[in-house]
Amino acid sequence: MSEATAPEKEVTNVAVMNQLPSGDIRAESPLHHAELDKLAARNPRAGGVILRELKLLGHLTLRGSQDNQSFMDGCAAVFGIALPTKPLTSVEKGSVSIRWMSPDEWLVVVPGDQAFEIERSLRAAIEGHFQVVNGSGGQTLIELSGPNAVDVLKKSTVLDLHPSQFPVGKVAGSVFAKATAVVRRSGEDTWELVVRRSFADYIWLWLQDASREYGLVVKA
Amino acid sequence: MLHIYCPHCQELREEEEFHCSGEAHIARPLDPDNCTDAEWGEYIFFRKNPRGIQHEMWYHTTGCRKFFNVTRDTQTYEIKEVYKIGEQPKVVAEG
Repeated sequence: MSEATAPEKEVTNVAVMNQLPSGDIRAESPLHHAELDKLAARNPRAGGVILRELKLLGHLTLRGSQDNQSFMDGCAAVFGIALPTKPLTSVEKGSVSIRWMSPDEWLVVVPGDQAFEIERSLRAAIEGHFQVVNGSGGQTLIELSGPNAVDVLKKSTVLDLHPSQFPVGKVAGSVFAKATAVVRRSGEDTWELVVRRSFADYIWLWLQDASREYGLVVKA
Repeated sequence: MLHIYCPHCQELREEEEFHCSGEAHIARPLDPDNCTDAEWGEYIFFRKNPRGIQHEMWYHTTGCRKFFNVTRDTQTYEIKEVYKIGEQPKVVAEG
């Protein structure tokens, strides 16, 4: 343990790096091995469940107090939209979506190539005690849509998914199969799951099995 | 199966989403280096384990990942109240 405490200014000068691979290095999403694009090419055209991986997006975990005005204002300025403070809600503007995770935590999903720039903008815009972590490599987004998507979710999670309890825009972290996922209703029949990289394969296998009776259509 | 109200998510959720972290309001000795073995042992090992009203800590593991307190009857499993960390219970055991 170091006796010296870093001066206030240095807190904002933490080492940040662009995690986006460049040059010859190929970025692989957690479901890269499932070869969803090949499956999509030889898929049936109709089915009750449509699955798509929204891959290689930027996932930024933001933590800070709602009482820190600089934090709330800085985020609003960078994203062009205020952080949702109502529990279990999300907001969306253009290609940016912000999920409420807990009273002092938000998950911001941005286009993959903008994550680094947005992280730097946040560090420049906010003063005081806050945290922003680029967790893009650690998780992925799976989108389920179609008339039977909700039936697949009902088999997988204990959440109440009735429209009166789970309206469009609502976000909830819960158990999913025997893993966990953050579920968001992005449209009447469209759902987004944030799943951990290490569970992505398991959840992909689970979703294939759970949607078999309705017919699964994979989209690239 | 308990139906637990998370004060942070502000809605009822299934017990499966939570983890119980045992008795609440256990104060850590302020100066662990200079407390007696008895005091330290009391803090580490001894719990009230009451029959009836108990205050316990719960963790919303798969949801908001925050701790909060629950007052529960250990005989009936009935949850009497839910309150945040730092707050005091309104329902307490008699006597």
